[in-house]
Amino acid sequence: MLTYAIRRLLLAIPTLLLISLVIFLMVDLAPGSPMSEIPRSIPPDVRLKMIEALGADQPVTVRYLLWLKQFFLVEPAYMIDGWLGTELAGDAQRILSWQSRAPVFDVIGQRVVQTMTVIGAGYLIAIAIALPIGIYSAYRQYSWFDQIGTFVAMIGYSVPTFFTGVLLIVIFSVNLGWFPSYYDTSLRVTDFGSFMRQVYQMVLPVTVLALFHSAEISRYMRSSMLENLNQDYVRTARAKGTLESRVVLKHALRNSLIPVVTVMALGMPAIFGGSIIVEQVFKVNGIGAALIGAIIASDLPMVQTLTFIFAVLIVFFNLVADLLYGILDPRIRYD
Amino acid sequence: MTDAVDSAYTEKPQSPWTGVWRQFRHHTGAMTGAVILLLLVVAVLAGPWIWRIDPAFIEPKALDMMRSRNLGPSLAHPLGTDQLGRDTLARMLAGGRVSLSVGLVAMSLSIFIGTTMGVLAGFVRWLDGPIMRLTDLFLALPLLPLLLVMVMLFRDSLAGLFGTELGTFLLIVGAIGMTSWMQAARIVRGEVLALKDREFVLAARSIGTPTHRIVFSHILPNILSPVMVAATLGFAAAIITESALSFLGLGFPPDFPTWGRLLFEGVEYMQIYPNRVLFPGLAISLTVLSINYIGDGLRDALDPRLRHR
Repeated sequence: MLTYAIRRLLLAIPTLLLISLVIFLMVDLAPGSPMSEIPRSIPPDVRLKMIEALGADQPVTVRYLLWLKQFFLVEPAYMIDGWLGTELAGDAQRILSWQSRAPVFDVIGQRVVQTMTVIGAGYLIAIAIALPIGIYSAYRQYSWFDQIGTFVAMIGYSVPTFFTGVLLIVIFSVNLGWFPSYYDTSLRVTDFGSFMRQVYQMVLPVTVLALFHSAEISRYMRSSMLENLNQDYVRTARAKGTLESRVVLKHALRNSLIPVVTVMALGMPAIFGGSIIVEQVFKVNGIGAALIGAIIASDLPMVQTLTFIFAVLIVFFNLVADLLYGILDPRIRYD
Repeated sequence: MTDAVDSAYTEKPQSPWTGVWRQFRHHTGAMTGAVILLLLVVAVLAGPWIWRIDPAFIEPKALDMMRSRNLGPSLAHPLGTDQLGRDTLARMLAGGRVSLSVGLVAMSLSIFIGTTMGVLAGFVRWLDGPIMRLTDLFLALPLLPLLLVMVMLFRDSLAGLFGTELGTFLLIVGAIGMTSWMQAARIVRGEVLALKDREFVLAARSIGTPTHRIVFSHILPNILSPVMVAATLGFAAAIITESALSFLGLGFPPDFPTWGRLLFEGVEYMQIYPNRVLFPGLAISLTVLSINYIGDGLRDALDPRLRHR
């Protein structure tokens, strides 16, 4: 298991390098780069200086290697400095946003809190709803509960989040006025009142995410549970007189959760991707909004770094899913 | 006399699709989905011939324009008008054409790339490793951010080459197609690997059938079922992706309606005119829901283990 984990970890390095190269080149070689958007009225020598100041006059290879060094060496060093108060980084050049001239990672650090709060709550609630629904749907297959569950899951899966979000805003904040239609990022939770305001503004975005993801997870839970309920060991457990609740919730559920847990791990990066849309709908000032803003402003370092972080998340959670599968299911042996 | 005998002997053998159709017909959800999708397609295709208001028409006189803005549903404008006095029904019909055709073309492209990759990986041994690594690499790419970046970066140059509308269309279709072929490639590769050592393929090979003939007349017809299911689901996914791009403001240009674009424009006014977001949103959701149900029904109907129940 350990050798497998190490091997997978080592294999992830070339994958990530290749992905970073693809992202960097695509963003960099594209015709619509900001170099071409400096107005023509600006004299050539000033234009040259502007490009120089952005560091964009270097050849692509130099900039790519510099970016790699900054991403993998300089930024972690700064992060460790920030935590421990050491002086590892010295005064090395960080990745700077072209938009704000602030270090990209500082911006991301500020934004990621919002994303994690909303998305994390959404995913947790989705799991909390989906598991019981999936279990009961499988236990009473073809019952009216199962039929309705299947239908609702199909709707939750088919209706895009940008429409559910907008629909919820129209119903619950425009017509009923129960919840605010946008997420106030500057709200600080200091007392009970502000805490309730925080809860209220999180309700709609979290509902959208929970609806979408619970549809998916509950279907996986259902089919995995169905598979296990027909197994011999379940019949044996029943035959020897084990309580029905114990058969279902202990014997069958434990085994059914194995694929579901990996699906949840695999779904994590997709959530971050999907957060772009939900953040846009509810004006959450998270990393998805940062990406959209950077794309519109042609802020290449920001776009490259954020996109690459999304890629790192995908590779990381793929690895986690594979390892989890091996840990949870003793029948699977990688060595 | 001879006629009767002939017809008795030459009675058409049942095509395998008859069974599929029979099974499909019994899937209530899939049939409902098929009917709704058909209605939507017919409405979108034939609609502009019946509802002859130009979707881009704005009253030329300022006063008329002011009067025709933001109207509610009426006989003259069944779905009302927008902030410039354009007819919403006409814009929905025009938008549906674009949304559906983007979905269709993008799905065809992704299935084409996926099938080609899958067949190559399954048939040509030395290509198997590289193609599967490439598939893994694509699966590890953050697709929505990349799509956004692609649209942003290449929109202007493609618009310069082909004109705004065709350029954006090609860009979006190409971008979606090139980032969604991986599932199809994996499915096709698996099927090809299972098929290529079967007796009928070996028999074809032993009588000297050239490889491309084996692929086209023996392999491809046999992997049609999973590919069709993948295509259906890909169609729905492509429609959602295009709407998402348009919704984020990085899809088609402002005066070019698609359902996603109409939704995006409606969001600004949803506090006062919720209809503006409801119609395009419902159209997208209904289409995707129907297609997903059709996919569900197809999967059941094409699975020989489930047939003849």
